[in-house]
Amino acid sequence: MTPTDDLSWLVPLPVVLPLAAAGLALVLWRSARAQGVISVITLTLVLAVSVTLLVAADAGPLVLDVGSWAAPVGIDLVADRLSALMLTVSAAVTLGVLVYSLAQGVADDNAETPVAIFHPTYLVLTAGVANTFLTGDLFNLFVGFEMLLVASYVLLTLGGTGARIRAGTIYVVVSMISSVIFVLAIGLVYAATGTVNLAQLTYRLPEIDPGVAFALQLLLLVAFGIKAAVFPLFAWLPDSYPTAPAPVTAVFAGLLTKVGVYAIIRTQTLLFPDGRADTLLMWVALATMVVGILGAVAQNDIKRLVSFTLVSHIGYMVFGIALASPAGLAAAIFYVVHHITVQTALFLVVGLMERRGGSTSLERLGGLARLAPLLAVLFFVPAMNLAGIPPLSGFLGKVGLVQAGVADGGALAWALVGGSVVTSLLTLYAVVKAWNKAFWQPAPDDAPRVRLPRGMVGAAASVVALGVGLAVAGGPLYGYTERAAESLRDRDAYVTAVLPDGRGTGRSAEVTEEAREDGETDVVEEGADLEGDGGTRPEGGDP
Amino acid sequence: MIDTSPSLALVLVAAALAAVGIYLVLERSLTRVLIGVILLSNGINVVFLVAGGRAGGAPIVGATEPEAMSDPLPQAMVLTAIVITLGMTAFLLAMAYRSWQLHGHDEVQDDLEDRRVAQRAAAHEAALGTEDEDSTLEQEAQEAHDDVVGSTPPEGHVRPDAGGAGRVESAEGGDVR
Repeated sequence: MTPTDDLSWLVPLPVVLPLAAAGLALVLWRSARAQGVISVITLTLVLAVSVTLLVAADAGPLVLDVGSWAAPVGIDLVADRLSALMLTVSAAVTLGVLVYSLAQGVADDNAETPVAIFHPTYLVLTAGVANTFLTGDLFNLFVGFEMLLVASYVLLTLGGTGARIRAGTIYVVVSMISSVIFVLAIGLVYAATGTVNLAQLTYRLPEIDPGVAFALQLLLLVAFGIKAAVFPLFAWLPDSYPTAPAPVTAVFAGLLTKVGVYAIIRTQTLLFPDGRADTLLMWVALATMVVGILGAVAQNDIKRLVSFTLVSHIGYMVFGIALASPAGLAAAIFYVVHHITVQTALFLVVGLMERRGGSTSLERLGGLARLAPLLAVLFFVPAMNLAGIPPLSGFLGKVGLVQAGVADGGALAWALVGGSVVTSLLTLYAVVKAWNKAFWQPAPDDAPRVRLPRGMVGAAASVVALGVGLAVAGGPLYGYTERAAESLRDRDAYVTAVLPDGRGTGRSAEVTEEAREDGETDVVEEGADLEGDGGTRPEGGDP
Repeated sequence: MIDTSPSLALVLVAAALAAVGIYLVLERSLTRVLIGVILLSNGINVVFLVAGGRAGGAPIVGATEPEAMSDPLPQAMVLTAIVITLGMTAFLLAMAYRSWQLHGHDEVQDDLEDRRVAQRAAAHEAALGTEDEDSTLEQEAQEAHDDVVGSTPPEGHVRPDAGGAGRVESAEGGDVR
């Protein structure tokens, strides 16, 4: 290990720490208190590591070869600006949701939900999310997806009640189909190029038949599109999310769809920068925004309403990706960060509303503004943030996207600018409708008299405050996302970081050093020369 | 140049498995969906074998000449995929069993809230006074109403009695056309 990448030992920690802690929590299943302590300590450590990586990655990507097997033979973990930023936001949000669920568990204090399972599964989920953000290998990306998906299946069907099994059936089957499509795409990528390393794919993909490359791109987009819940692949989301426990729904809504969006950003910029799918993506973005928000307007259940706004706002991120300009990408990344926090906050607050009002149906809620003024504030801030009211972060993200769209200047880009403004207005309409019905109507007579646990309110408030903090720190954050977008456009930096001189031959570091000492001269310097080395692929043929 | 020409038999096997799998996934019974998912995954695993090129000797240094080796990487990936599929199969089986415990069948159910929205739409239609010959929305809403009334989620472990199980069988029998 050279002194320049001395921080790279931190890179695997966000994956390894939660996994080890998950095992520990499973062993200590008898003590809910010990499990809680383990989870909180682990996720705090992960947050600290993520923030360190966020600062360190600003200077250049940090790369770690897993097991010291050099890329492209081994799997590598890469923390560049985008990965580190996503990692930090997800760590902060998962920690907030964990505190919320701990407070809820203490408040409920019943044996109905098997908490013994909750903590290990939740930690595996965070490990899976971190793995997808960090990996530099297409197959490892699939493994990360599976980790978080399997954990999410368990969390969604926690307790195994009728409604959750019904919702889980839809969710599990749809997710499995998307996984199958993803595996198929990986198999075909390997068949076409002979590698699944992202850095190596950047110069092998342009060499294959363009039609095949386009087919691979579309296959990957379908697989990630199901996970990101874009039109027409989103119908599973509003049917499955609302039935899960509030903290579970919050973390799903905040992170799982964004993992899909992250995968789209990564593959679109790194593997397929020629932008042949951009027109398609623009149409998808427009349809996602408009159809999603129209669905939200029709809903009468606040959890489903918020689920539909989640779908709708994925369209904004796809819009930014489809523009494929540095400004568009920067705005999309900013929007992802904003949306993770605001959507998680909304679902946490909706969980509190359900607790206080005894229902999620807007018909049965009412008068919450008088009954619980603090709750009203906690709902109002993220709701306005989602609708894009200045000066909150949603406004900044939307302005960035609209500016990027106008700068693009195409007819479709203008249509998307119009669509995003209309969607923003309809979002305002939907959340104001929810506000009117739940907070302003006269309270129903049978409103339950419950006190909200302080821990839950505190955790929800801290996630809401994080969303407001994004607006306060808007300038530096937007600067960071712009630099992240730049580094996404500059693929050579990523490739040379992953495959630096000598390592790209597929030899481990020691071997390369020995070779250098022996004065061997076939250590490859240029990426293009790697092709001749055969990479990972031995000769086929019958013996 | 590496010989990447795939075996036609493997391609046909993959296509057949995937086609049967997709057909079964579109069924409404969770058990059939499960079998469909298994077949589909196995079809994709065969695709990985195709991706590895021609079959060769065991990829162990010393046992086979490097030129005659099979490509080990797709095999490693297939192993991972198989393990994941195994775990998923177990989970889906558990869900199908739980669904049978709760409802006496393992059919994928409609979403209640979707039905409620349809119900409201039907009510609005009636208010507007449009006479629709095929009043499908209204019928649907009526069904939805029955569903909503009749299906308060059961709290305990409702184990279906022998009669319930028999009913499922007869329903299944009716399903086979």
